[in-house]
Amino acid sequence: MATASVTSSTAGRLLGTARLPLSIFAFLALGLGVLGIDQFVNAMTLGAIYALVALGYTMVYGIIELINFAHGDVFMVGSFVAMFISSSLLGNEGSITNVPLLGVSVLVLFALTIGVMALLGALIERLAYRPLRRAPKLAPLITAIGVSFILQNLIQFFFGPTIVTVPQLVPIEWSIQVSGSRVPLLNLFVIASSVILMVALQLFISRTRTGRAMRTTSMDRDASSLMGVNINRTIMITFLIGSGLAGAAGVVHGLYYGNTNYSLGFQSGLKAFTAAVLGGIGNTAGAALGGFLIAFVEVGASAFGYGRWGGAVVFSLLVIFLVFRPTGLLGSHTGDRA
Amino acid sequence: MSRISTALSAPFAPVRAYFRKHRSFGIFVGVALLSIALPLLTRVPPFDGIQSTNAWVNAFTTAAIYAMLAMGLNVVIGFAGLLDLGYAAFFALGGYTYAFVASPFTGVHLPFWPMLLAGGVVGAIFGVLLGAPTLRLRGDYLAIVTLGFGEIVPITLMNADKFTDGVNGIGGIDKPSIPGILQFTLTNPWPMYGLVIALFALIMIMIYRLQDSRIGRTWDAIREDELAAESSGVNVVIAKLQAFAVGASIAGIVGVVNAAKITIVTPDQFRFAVSISVLAAVVLGGMGNTIGVATGAFVIYLFQSILLKQLNTLVENFNIPVLNQIDFLDFQYVLYGIVLVLMMLKRPQGIFPARRRMREFAPLKIGKRGLK
Repeated sequence: MATASVTSSTAGRLLGTARLPLSIFAFLALGLGVLGIDQFVNAMTLGAIYALVALGYTMVYGIIELINFAHGDVFMVGSFVAMFISSSLLGNEGSITNVPLLGVSVLVLFALTIGVMALLGALIERLAYRPLRRAPKLAPLITAIGVSFILQNLIQFFFGPTIVTVPQLVPIEWSIQVSGSRVPLLNLFVIASSVILMVALQLFISRTRTGRAMRTTSMDRDASSLMGVNINRTIMITFLIGSGLAGAAGVVHGLYYGNTNYSLGFQSGLKAFTAAVLGGIGNTAGAALGGFLIAFVEVGASAFGYGRWGGAVVFSLLVIFLVFRPTGLLGSHTGDRA
Repeated sequence: MSRISTALSAPFAPVRAYFRKHRSFGIFVGVALLSIALPLLTRVPPFDGIQSTNAWVNAFTTAAIYAMLAMGLNVVIGFAGLLDLGYAAFFALGGYTYAFVASPFTGVHLPFWPMLLAGGVVGAIFGVLLGAPTLRLRGDYLAIVTLGFGEIVPITLMNADKFTDGVNGIGGIDKPSIPGILQFTLTNPWPMYGLVIALFALIMIMIYRLQDSRIGRTWDAIREDELAAESSGVNVVIAKLQAFAVGASIAGIVGVVNAAKITIVTPDQFRFAVSISVLAAVVLGGMGNTIGVATGAFVIYLFQSILLKQLNTLVENFNIPVLNQIDFLDFQYVLYGIVLVLMMLKRPQGIFPARRRMREFAPLKIGKRGLK
C-alpha cells in the first residue's frame, strides 16, 4: 500500500512522496474552477459516499484478490439497516433541531449500523468466500454474484421494490454562506464524517498491529502466516472493516438523500469499484481519491447537461483506465496486476 | 447393474459406433427427435393441463433461444476461461441490428435471412472491438470491463432516443418469410419453432467442431495454464479474441432471431439480469460441456417461466393465507443466488460436468505415494 514507486533518483523519490498531495490539490482546484462552488460541494458529497464504498472493494481485493461483487449490495443493505434503526428503533420521523440530541442520535445510528454491517460482512466471508480460498479464480467471483443477488432480492422482498424514505436527521435548512453561495451543513457533515472515517482507517492500517498484519497478508499470505499472522482472522477483520465502512456509507446516503431503494447497490457498487480501479486497486488512499474523481466526472456531466450519460461516461472511463493504466493513478504495490 | 445396462445397450452398439464417427449427423438426428418429442409430450397429462400446445411450443422456442445464448457464453467462459459478465450486450446489438433494417421505425425492410448473418458479423465486430484492448487484462478485470460494457450498451440504447426511440424501443419488426412458400406470423408458433431448432442444431454442431479443432485445443491450453500455453507458442491474445468473437457472434445471431420472434426490442430486455441468468445456466449446466449447458439453460427457462407460475396457482389452492401472499416469481432471483453459491461451494463443476473440468475442480488428494 506504499505510494512511493521504485525510483532511485532523489527527484523521483520526492515526486513519488509528493504525488498524492499534489494530485489532490490539482484535482480540487480544477474541480472548483470548472464546476463552481455549488456543484463542487455536491461532487464532494457524492465523492465521499463513493470513496467509503470504494475502500471496501480495494481492501478486500488487496488482501485476497477477489472482486467482492456483493460489496455494492452490502452498501445498499447498510442504507436499509440505517433506515430501519433510525425510524423503527430510534423512532425518528424527520429532522432533529436540538443539537445535543442530534449528535447523540447520529452517533448511535452510525455505531449500530456499522456494527450490524460489519457482522454481515464477516458472515458472508465465512460462509461464501472462505471455503473457496484455494479454488479456481472464477469460483469465488461467481459466488459473490450469487450473494449479491440474494441480498438484493431479500431486501426487495422485505421492503418492496419502491423507493423507501429515510429520516433526514440533519435539518436541510441549516447552511452557511461561502462567497455568496449557500452551502448546506448537511453536505459538510457528510464530507466531514467520511473524511474522519478515512483518516481513522489510514491510521489503523499504518499504526496498529492488526493493520500491519493486513498489509503483510496482502503482500505475501504464506510468508506472513509463517511469521505468526493469523490469516483467517486478518481476512475476517478486513471484511469487518470494509463492510462497516459500507454501512457508514449507507447511513450517510440515507441522511443525505432521504431515501433508498433495493437496486441502489448495483450501479453505485460498480461506480465505487471503478473508483477503486482508478485510484489503483489495493491502495486505500487511491480508492478515496478515485471516489472523488468519479463523483466529479458524474456531477460535471450533469452540470453540462449530459446527466443521463453519467453512468456511460464513468464506465467508459473504467474501460479506458483498465486498458491504458491498469495500476491506476497511484499505482499499487505489485506490478503484475494486469 | 452394469451388466444389465451392457446387455440392454448391446443391440445399439453399431448405432452408437456410427454416431461416434458421425457426431454432427448424430446431433442433428438427436435434436430433430427431441424437437418432435417435446410438442408430443405437451399433449400428455399433466403437461396438457398447464397450457395449450401452441403456448408450449412458443415457450420451447424461447427456451431454445436461451439455450443458444448459454452455448455461446460457454465458448467464452467454459472453453477459453474468460468471464464475460456483459454477454447480453451482444444479444442486444444483434437485436437492434435487425430492428434498424427491418422495421417501420427506419422504413427499411431488408429480408431476414441475410440479416441473420449480419447479426453475427456485428456481434463479432463488437466482440473484437471490446476484446482487443481488454483481453490482455487479468481474468477478474476482464469481468468488470465486460460488465461495464454490458451496462453501457443498454444505457446508450436508452439515451440515444433519436436513433432507438429510447425506453419504448423499436416495435413492429418484420417477421421472417420464405417468399411464396411461408410467412411467419405471431399466431402460429410452429415456423419459428422449426427455425430456432434448426439454428440450435447448427450452432451446436459448429461448437463441437470448433472444440475439436486446433482453436478448441488452444482454448483448452490457455484455460488450463496460460503461461505454459504461451511458452508453447500459442498466441494467447489471438486465441482469446477468437473465443470472444465466436461467443459474441452467436449472441448476435440469436439476437436477430429473438427480435424477429417477439417483433420488438427495448433496452430493458438486455439488462444485467439477462447476462446473469445465462451465466447461471452455464454454471449450473456444467462449464465446458456444450450439451450440459444447453440442457441446463433449456430446463431453467422452462422452470422459471412455467413451473414457478404453476407453484403460485398450486399454493393458492391450499388457501393458506401466509403462503398465498408469497409470489414465487419474486423469489426467482433469490433462488438463483442461493443456487449459484451452493453450486460453487458443493459442486463447482456443474450438474453435467465436462470430463476435463471434473479433474480441474477435484481437490488434490495426497496419498501414501504423494500427489495423485
